[in-house]
Amino acid sequence: MRQSNLYIVLYAAAITIVCGGALAIASQTLKPLQDANIELERKKNILATVMELKDGDDVVKLYASRVKESVIDFQGNVKVGMKASQVVIAEQYKLKPEERLLPIYEFRNETDSTKIENAVMPVYGYGLWNNIWGFVALQSDLNTVQGVKFEHAGETPGLGARITSDDIQVRYKGKKVFEGDKIMSVQMQKGEGMDYSADPHKVDGMSGATLTGKGVNNMLADYFSCYKNYLKKNQQNLSLNL
Amino acid sequence: MSTATAEVDMVEKKAEPLFSKKNKKLITNPLDIDNPITVQILGVCSALAVTTQMKPAFVMSIGLMVVTASSNVVISMMRNSIPSRIRIIVQLAIVSLWVILVDQILKAYVYDVSKQLSVFVGLIITNCIVMGRLEAFAMGNKPWPSFLDGIGNGLGYGIILMMVAFVRELFGGGSLFGFKVFESMGVHYTGNGLLLLPAGACILVGIIIWVQRTLNGHRETH
Repeated sequence: MRQSNLYIVLYAAAITIVCGGALAIASQTLKPLQDANIELERKKNILATVMELKDGDDVVKLYASRVKESVIDFQGNVKVGMKASQVVIAEQYKLKPEERLLPIYEFRNETDSTKIENAVMPVYGYGLWNNIWGFVALQSDLNTVQGVKFEHAGETPGLGARITSDDIQVRYKGKKVFEGDKIMSVQMQKGEGMDYSADPHKVDGMSGATLTGKGVNNMLADYFSCYKNYLKKNQQNLSLNL
Repeated sequence: MSTATAEVDMVEKKAEPLFSKKNKKLITNPLDIDNPITVQILGVCSALAVTTQMKPAFVMSIGLMVVTASSNVVISMMRNSIPSRIRIIVQLAIVSLWVILVDQILKAYVYDVSKQLSVFVGLIITNCIVMGRLEAFAMGNKPWPSFLDGIGNGLGYGIILMMVAFVRELFGGGSLFGFKVFESMGVHYTGNGLLLLPAGACILVGIIIWVQRTLNGHRETH
């Protein structure tokens, strides 16, 4: 009986239904928790590019009081009525740079909230195996990198996955985006252990992860050019205010 | 699953204590003489992939142990009802179910760790140890011994993983569980890049197998 075709078909169907049902229930019950984690992670990442977060900091409160979110287009104009949290970077990434909606997170001064201390932009690209993304914060001159935060979906642990570690990310601090009026971006080099502190557009590479490094370089160059108009515009405003 | 419990074993054996000598062996054997990695040479792929650092190796070991043990129990309960012609697919479905559950739970409760392990949790599905134990043990044994067998093999896998990860993280990256060992001792240490590559892990696993076989007096049979 256990070998009859009918038994086998029914058995397979039953297994499918039971397993499918169990997974659906698990995914539905755990989804709110997972979404909350992702949202908290996003805020944490944005804040971490501009300041050192300590354990026990109230990320949600800090974010609400200091960060002003807005969405801009390629020309650098603010899209009124759009929320940054509604923009899915991964989808915008597939569009041409000129057509993308670009969220920008302005980290405001604690007392004078009209003053932009840092501008944080999301970046998105492709590493060696899968997508990479993150945030880049510029200082108030909108040229010098204040900090970066990279994440990845499938880079090799211990090699490409090192882009998420602090000792890689700290290398970007103080590097410059612009050379005069042109975007020069910041390029990660091949090989590790070199000193690029004198060069404002180069950072030391990751041994064994040159291709992930290239992915990071492309990602940064791509998004810096997306935000170029916004950055230029606000740089001029800055110099007028001085 | 209820069909499995309906069938009663023909020969009722005398009730065995939970940790009888035989059952204890199910846990201790995979640690040494029947180790899944070094003796059965199963699950080597993930042993190379997740052992650059101690933390992912540790979580991966726990994950594999949970998946092996729970799949073993479920398959063992179903063993009398599974049609033999589709048994591999049924095993695969149960393993996948547990793996996805573990992945979802990690994502909900320990988001950091789940991010670090990324694809590797999903890859437990393809880990030969899990399928191997289901096919070799759970299909022919009762749930409790199957559970112990799963825990034992998970531990056996974990021990090797931790040994490899210890050497790789310490000498490859100069740290242990992320703690910079050499730096804190004031010694400048340049990491050995070879150890961080999969080849480095391969060499380490080879050395472990060599040492283990020497200690156990293993002889190749011709």
